Amino acid sequence: MLRVVLAEDSVLLREGLVGLLGRFGHEVVAAVGDARALRDAVAAHSPDLVLTDVRMPPGFQDEGLREALALRAADPRLPVLVLSQYVQRAYAAELLGTGDGTGVGYLLKDRVGQVEQFAEAVERVGAGGTVVDPEVVRQLLRRRRDPLEALTPREREVLGLVAEGRSNSAIARELVVTEAAVGKHIGNILGKLDLPPAQDTHRRVLAVLAYLRG
Amino acid sequence: MISRAGPWRAAGYLVTGVLVGAPLLVGLLVLAVAGAALTPLLVGLPLLALLALAGVPVGAMERWRLRLVDPAPVPAPHRTPDVPGLAAWAGLRFTERATWRELGYAVLLAAVLWPLDLLVLTGAAGIPGAMIGAPAQLALAGDETRVAKLWLIDSYGQACLCAAGGTVLLLALLWPLARYARARAAVARLLLAPRETERQLAEVTRSRARLVAAFEAERRRIERDLHDGAQQRLVALSMQLGLARLDAPPELAQRLAAAHRDADQALGELRELIHGIHPQVLADYGLGDAIADAADRSAVPVELDVELPRLAEPVESAAYFAVREALANVGRHSRARRVWISGRYARGRPGEGRLRIEVRDDGCGGADARAGTGLTGLTDRLAVLDGTLTVDSPSGGPTVLHMEIPC
Repeated sequence: MLRVVLAEDSVLLREGLVGLLGRFGHEVVAAVGDARALRDAVAAHSPDLVLTDVRMPPGFQDEGLREALALRAADPRLPVLVLSQYVQRAYAAELLGTGDGTGVGYLLKDRVGQVEQFAEAVERVGAGGTVVDPEVVRQLLRRRRDPLEALTPREREVLGLVAEGRSNSAIARELVVTEAAVGKHIGNILGKLDLPPAQDTHRRVLAVLAYLRG
Repeated sequence: MISRAGPWRAAGYLVTGVLVGAPLLVGLLVLAVAGAALTPLLVGLPLLALLALAGVPVGAMERWRLRLVDPAPVPAPHRTPDVPGLAAWAGLRFTERATWRELGYAVLLAAVLWPLDLLVLTGAAGIPGAMIGAPAQLALAGDETRVAKLWLIDSYGQACLCAAGGTVLLLALLWPLARYARARAAVARLLLAPRETERQLAEVTRSRARLVAAFEAERRRIERDLHDGAQQRLVALSMQLGLARLDAPPELAQRLAAAHRDADQALGELRELIHGIHPQVLADYGLGDAIADAADRSAVPVELDVELPRLAEPVESAAYFAVREALANVGRHSRARRVWISGRYARGRPGEGRLRIEVRDDGCGGADARAGTGLTGLTDRLAVLDGTLTVDSPSGGPTVLHMEIPC
C-alpha cells in the first residue's frame, strides 16, 4: 500500500483518481488542486509517492511539472509520477534527469483509463522503478531510426517495452513469449547497440533511455 | 481648432518656426553650394544626396512642432525598412513620395515661411509690445523717446496713453495672429502628413497585425477550453469505464470494453486536435523545443540544428506554424527521404535582431511559393511580422525554404 499525495486541478479527475487508487489498495493522504498546495501537502505528509498533473493553476502552464522537479531536487528519492495531457519529450527528459532517473514516471493522462496498467505503473514508480509513456518511447524510436535499422522488428518491439520501464516478465507476458526468449532478445539488442550488458532491469531501462535520447 | 491657450501657442509656434527656419536656410545653402562645388571631385555627390534627404528630419521636427497648434497628431508618412542598415533606409526613403514632399516643405520653410513668420510676429506682437513698454522706455531715456521708431513721446500722459493703445492693439491682433498660425499649420500638414493611400496602407498593415493577434488569442482560448472541458471529462469517463470493467460480470464487461475503446479513441483524436490548434510545448519551452516536437511527428526523418532563445510570442508562434507547414509540404509533395532544419537567432538592438530558419530536403523540388499552396499562407503569415520567406526549389530538387523574421 502506498501513501499518495495527489495534485490535479480538475475536481472530476481528482475524485476519480482518489477512487481508482483506493480500489487498488493505496491511500490518498492529500488531494490538492495547485502546485503550491502540493508542496505543502508533501511537507506535511511525507508520502510514498507523488502523483501530479503537469498543467495547473495559477498559470495553467507546467506548474505541476516544475513543482515535481523541485520536490525531486529537494529529495531525489521521493517517487514522482507525472501525468501529462500530451506527450512532451522535454518534460520526460527533465524528469529522468532528476535523482538518476529512479522512482520517476511520465505518463499520458489518457493512460489512467487503462486502470490496471496504470495501477501497475504507480506501483513500479513507488518501488523506485522508471516508467516512460509508450508514446514518448515511440517518438524516441522514430528519432533514432538509423542506428535501429540493425534490429529486427521483434527486437525493436522489445526495445520499446524496455524503454517504457517494463521488467522481463512483464515483457514476456505482453508479447506472449517465454522470459528466456525475452532475455535473448535483450542480449541481442544490447549487443547490436553497443550497450553494456546489465542484469538489473532498472539500470538497463536507464541505459536504453539514455541511448534513445542520444 | 484652436483652444483658449491658442494665441500663446500660436505665437510659440511662429517663434519656434523662426528658430528652425533661419538655421535651416543656412544649412541648406551650405549643403547645396558645397555639394555643387565638390561634384567634380565626386565628394559632392553624397552631400547632394544628404541634401535630398534633408526634408526627412525637418519633416519629423515640423510634425512634432505642429502639436503646438494642432491637437490631432500627424503620423509619419514613411514606411519602416524591411532590413536594417543605413543603405536600406536611404534607399527606401528615396523611393517614397513623402520624402520629396518633405524636401519641398523644407525649402519652402527656409526661403519663405520663416521670414513670413518673423514679419507677422513683429507686426502682431512686436509693435504692441513696444507701445506697452513706452512708459518704461521714457523713464529710461529721460525727457523724450521714440516708440517703435515711429512716434515721439515726451510726457508720461502720452506714454500711458500709448501703453493703453498698445494693450488694445495687442488684444485685437491676437486673433489674426492665431488665424495666421492656423493657416501656416495647414500648409505644414498638407505637405507633411501621409497621403490617404499611405495612411490606408499603414492602417491596413496595423489591422492585419491585430487580426492575426486576435486569431492567435482565439486559438489559445479554444485550446484551453477543450483541455479544461472535454478532455478532462473524457479522461474521467475512460477511468470510470475502466473501473466498471473490473467489477462487471463477463458479458457486461465485454460491452464496457467496447465503450472503453471508443472513449479512448475519442480521447486520442481530441489530444491530437488540441495539439494541432496550439501546442503547449510552444508556450512552455519555446520555439526550439516546439520545432523538435514537430520534427518528432514528421513523416520524413528530420535532422535538427536549432539553437534558439525564447522570443516574443507572435514570433515563436508564426515561426512554429511555418515550420510545421513546411514539414507537412515535405511529407505531401517532395518524396524526400530526409529533412534538415536549422534555426538561429542573431541578436541586435531592439527590433533589429533576426530569427532565421531554414528547412531543406532532398526531395524532388519544384515547389512554387506563388502556386497557391500552403506556401502562400506561410508567406502571408510571416509578412505580418515583416518577415520574409524565400523558396529555392529547382525541378529535381533539393528544396530550400528560408524564413527570416525581425524581432
